[in-house]
Amino acid sequence: MSVQIYTYLFVGLTFALYLGIAWWARVADTKSFYVAGRGVPAAANGMATAADWMSAASYISMAGLVATMGYSGGVYLMGWTGGFVLLSLLLAPYLRKFGHFTVPDFVGDRFATRTLAGIETPNMMQRITGNPARLVAVICALFASFTYVAGQMRGVGVVFSRFLEVEVNVGVVIGMVIVFIYATLGGMKGITWTQVAQYWVLITAFLVPAIAISIKLTDTFLPQAGLGAQLADQSVYFFDKLNQIQKDLGFGSYTDTFVGKWDKVNVFLVALTLMVGTAGLPHVIVRFYTVKSPRAARWSGFWALFFIALLYLTAPAIAGFARYYMLETLNGEKKENLPSWYKSWETTGLVLWFDDGDNSLEYTADPKENEIFNKGKLSESELLTLTREHQEWVSSQGAEGKDARPHLVGLGLSGPDKDIIVLATPEMAELSSWIIAFVAAGGLAAALSTASGLLLVISSSVAHDLYFRVINPKADEKKRLLVGRGVIGLAVVVAGIFGIYPPGFVSEVVAFAFGLAAASFFPVIVLGIFSKRVGTVPAIFGMLAGLGFTLFYILGTVYFGMEKWTFGLTDHGVSPQGIGAVGMLVNFAVTLILTPFTKPPTDEIRAMVDSVREPEGLSPAVVVENAPEH
Amino acid sequence: MINKNYPSERLKPEAAASLKSYWRKNLLLMGVLLLVWAFAGLGCGIIFADTLNQYNLPGTGYPLGFWFAHQGAIIIFVLIILIYALAMNRLDRVHHEELTALSRKGGAK
Repeated sequence: MSVQIYTYLFVGLTFALYLGIAWWARVADTKSFYVAGRGVPAAANGMATAADWMSAASYISMAGLVATMGYSGGVYLMGWTGGFVLLSLLLAPYLRKFGHFTVPDFVGDRFATRTLAGIETPNMMQRITGNPARLVAVICALFASFTYVAGQMRGVGVVFSRFLEVEVNVGVVIGMVIVFIYATLGGMKGITWTQVAQYWVLITAFLVPAIAISIKLTDTFLPQAGLGAQLADQSVYFFDKLNQIQKDLGFGSYTDTFVGKWDKVNVFLVALTLMVGTAGLPHVIVRFYTVKSPRAARWSGFWALFFIALLYLTAPAIAGFARYYMLETLNGEKKENLPSWYKSWETTGLVLWFDDGDNSLEYTADPKENEIFNKGKLSESELLTLTREHQEWVSSQGAEGKDARPHLVGLGLSGPDKDIIVLATPEMAELSSWIIAFVAAGGLAAALSTASGLLLVISSSVAHDLYFRVINPKADEKKRLLVGRGVIGLAVVVAGIFGIYPPGFVSEVVAFAFGLAAASFFPVIVLGIFSKRVGTVPAIFGMLAGLGFTLFYILGTVYFGMEKWTFGLTDHGVSPQGIGAVGMLVNFAVTLILTPFTKPPTDEIRAMVDSVREPEGLSPAVVVENAPEH
Repeated sequence: MINKNYPSERLKPEAAASLKSYWRKNLLLMGVLLLVWAFAGLGCGIIFADTLNQYNLPGTGYPLGFWFAHQGAIIIFVLIILIYALAMNRLDRVHHEELTALSRKGGAK
């Protein structure tokens, strides 16, 4: 059977599975809708968290990033896993003990102001002005989730278009319909169990090719060990060989630390930002509300990182192996002898060869000699013109036409597109066609699971925090559920429109969402739990200062040509990806400096912090309907 | 206003002291584990990576600093959370029993 038929088969089967689960898990109350009835077992919640967390970017792009970055790729590996340590130790059990539905719920209750306490039935204006912290938190959650989900929908479309050969936009619409059905039907309960299934699809699809390649290259079953082992047919360590090839082609050693703009300070700051940002992202935090108890929340944190580590420890192996295959099988080849993976990916424009006329492929770091490129954001017609002129230039030996290579170098399009690494590696290693098709189903599972998790955060932020807690606290269960479903439906449509007409900023903002989460949410939640003295005013000013500082630096350096700041530490200037760590320090500093000059929280709030901190089973979690002031 | 849901309002001194020691033990455990977290990830993986890279992980071709950044730190992170979950759930249980015993003796209302 061909790859195409296998792909339709696997994608069809997995989609049927997701929809079946959605029907089985349909719900009729808000508790099931927002937090899956709080009955999810810790290990299942760990799998769901892992699927929720690992997006299309983790699955498709990360190994590619690591393959081109070498050692520095570790910032993503360490950053995105290290955050779970902070999450599990500092936040998850306490937020679960607190026991509401969302992150803004905690921020709003912990940093409620005094003014509302004296009013018997506050009106809407009073509820808004009486709890500014909740509103700031809602805005942060919506902003982070929407930018993130737009990128996911685009990812769904791209994976569909590559494997099912449909238009990207048609792919986006198919993805929208699937997510719409299982998210509105089952809410968090449906999403959780679908994510468990999606985790197994995506991890199997990721591991099978990695194991197969590892056995092929190094005779070692475990890819993680294979990466450090000797090559099967030669008595030389894989890394020594890879480093040698890299150096010969002018790329610099693969394992060398701190190359170019990735100096020590930037690696440190970016890794720290990703760690802290991970711990502050609302769609990951809410997953810990769905388990039975703080005890289960701790276990769930362990299972989540365990299941994520299965993929994150494999990605560097795929990255290293793919890099090796790419350099080994392409260089010096004639057109007739190019490997089949190259030919099938050439049609997508993600890898292109512009020969200098000697009919021998050269892929090097030297911009004058390099002949491998990708189409980047070039349109079909631009690319066609470039190819035609280049063809003329080659066949007339430089007399007519135009060399396309300097133009592409000028656009920064050297080398193959990073995204093909995971998707093309099975073909590089000449694995069976069913594995290649399975990888496509895995990519779709990764994108769909993250999209649905984010849509639920959007829905609960609007329907629970804005509608129920601020606009209409008297709404009954049925009405709240209806609003929740309506908002998810609306959010799917908005996310789909973003996916079809991607605003230019989306891809960049996803990386910055971490910086913003690190600078705003993380300090306010940590201080809310670990200090009984920090009150409303310092918390709000801290959030605004951290967020403002980070946003100012990112916008300034990325869009307005502002010089990067060095803080006297680095010659290259701090990368905007790493500024969130500094923003976090600004937030902590502002909050702690203001605290002694402002009023301490009320006795009720201090008692609430006490109850969040004490051992489980001693006092029940706060029930949102009976909590003070509601 | 005293809210009976919140134990600090209804506790006698022994129970309050027990809760205080529970919280202190929690902070200590967390502090130690976060130090390990920072040392493995930010330390071995980044700050000392170039020095460690001069050595290989024994028996493999992994340069040590590279190994920490790509594999070692992640493995240690998983272990940190495992230790925290085990130790903390045990601490929870012990203190819960202690507090129940105190309340039976009339330590708390």
